[in-house]
Amino acid sequence: MTELLRVEGLRKSYGDRVVLRDVDLTVEPHDVVCLIGSSGSGKSTLLRCLNLLEPVDDGTIWFEGQEVTDPRVDARAVRRRMGMVFQAYNLFPHMTVLDNITLAPRRAHGMSRAEAEARARELLERFGLADKATTHPDRLSGGQQQRAAIVRALATGPELVLLDEVTSALDPELVGEVLDIIRDMAVAGTTLVLATHEMAFARDVATKVCFLDGGSILEQGPPEAIFTSPSHDRTRQFLRRVLST
Amino acid sequence: MGDWSPSPRQLEREAVRRRRSLRSAAIAGAATALLLVVAVVGVLASPGWATVRETFFSWEHAKASFPAIAEGFWLNVKLFLLAEPLILAVGVLVAVVRSTTAPALFPLRALAVFYTDLFRGLPTLLVVFLICFGVPALRLQGITNDLFWLALVALVLSYGAYVAEVFRAGIESIHPSQLASAESLGLSHATTMRFVVLPQAVRRVVPPLLNDFVSLQKDTALVASVALFDALFSARDYANYNFNYTPYLVAAAFFVALTIPMARLTDWLGRRVARRERGGGR
Repeated sequence: MTELLRVEGLRKSYGDRVVLRDVDLTVEPHDVVCLIGSSGSGKSTLLRCLNLLEPVDDGTIWFEGQEVTDPRVDARAVRRRMGMVFQAYNLFPHMTVLDNITLAPRRAHGMSRAEAEARARELLERFGLADKATTHPDRLSGGQQQRAAIVRALATGPELVLLDEVTSALDPELVGEVLDIIRDMAVAGTTLVLATHEMAFARDVATKVCFLDGGSILEQGPPEAIFTSPSHDRTRQFLRRVLST
Repeated sequence: MGDWSPSPRQLEREAVRRRRSLRSAAIAGAATALLLVVAVVGVLASPGWATVRETFFSWEHAKASFPAIAEGFWLNVKLFLLAEPLILAVGVLVAVVRSTTAPALFPLRALAVFYTDLFRGLPTLLVVFLICFGVPALRLQGITNDLFWLALVALVLSYGAYVAEVFRAGIESIHPSQLASAESLGLSHATTMRFVVLPQAVRRVVPPLLNDFVSLQKDTALVASVALFDALFSARDYANYNFNYTPYLVAAAFFVALTIPMARLTDWLGRRVARRERGGGR
């Protein structure tokens, strides 16, 4: 129907190592999809495939009704309609926060400088970074850097935002401030796919939770179902381990 | 793995990729051929081509001058092979001295700054003249008057200054967090430099270093100006006797034949290091 993203039979391997196999996933507009699972289960690779950063070995990805895994599709045009935030922030250290944020709107979307900066300042204001616009990323705290990276991903008005363990490099005190703004984004109706280890957050905010194990989605469903009555042993084991700590 | 075979969609995708890479190769080939034809026709159609072919592209003169130039080129190669390790040593030493902080070493630091400023400012040819003609004129005891060794010293002094600055740029590009973590392990400044900073700095500056060394390979020809029989001087010698410039092209071919494989080798080394250390994580 009106799904934003559809993944069918996705497969990805590095040499002999199969990282993703037979992954099926549907994302509706305004969905918040949380990918959970232990390290190495393929969460990050799945996000990178969705952003076309990794060529897939089989299967298809449909985004806004277009098959984006077709080699004839311009990957840059697809990425311009998505935003991605990385675990290690990946801000450009030689640019101010404002320049980091206005780079893509100005250089990839042809927005005027004035318009891009006005929009960037609006977003910075919303995410509590208004006074950091002219600062360089290395002078910010981890939480501030990650919030700036999220603003950068949002600045182009993407249809879908991919978040790859964006709180994993932050200390617990700073995790909250980043999760809060992701929650705000979710409430505002932004479609999100995120890999996360924050189970409480997933239970709270997700519309759908996918448990990945050994490169495939073992089960997926609404958070109540996954967290209270998982149908697979592996899911139960994983949840017991992460929830007990 | 055995239970998987590509879906028809994937096979179709691969077919599209193959067709596209074939098309890319065809376009690249056609563009190259076109450029070559234009260049060759342009040269052949020039009014002076007949004269140029005789004075620059004479097969007889190329053959006749070859042995002397090959012998001369061996002198360039010797100069280069001896100068390169010496230049690296001078460069690292000067760069490390400049990065020291101990007050007692201030005179050394000042000397290092003076050295790089002076020798980067002097034309290399001028340094060759000054050393090769000036040092023998001093008539010092125990110092060689052999032009080969004096020319070697001149090249090392001149290039050492450039390479020192390349190393310094590399050292300064290492992120302060690396220094902090080395310091926190209780390492001394010298140990930090030797085991943490320099290894990373050297990897980073390999491309500009290669650039300087390719430049050095060519500049060994400057010794022709003090009448050392290198490839260029031998070529000039032959050209002056026979009124034919073909030997210059022969000498040029020798230099290019040396520098191109070196450039490819360094590219390969750089890629290997990048593969090993970055491990695919972009």
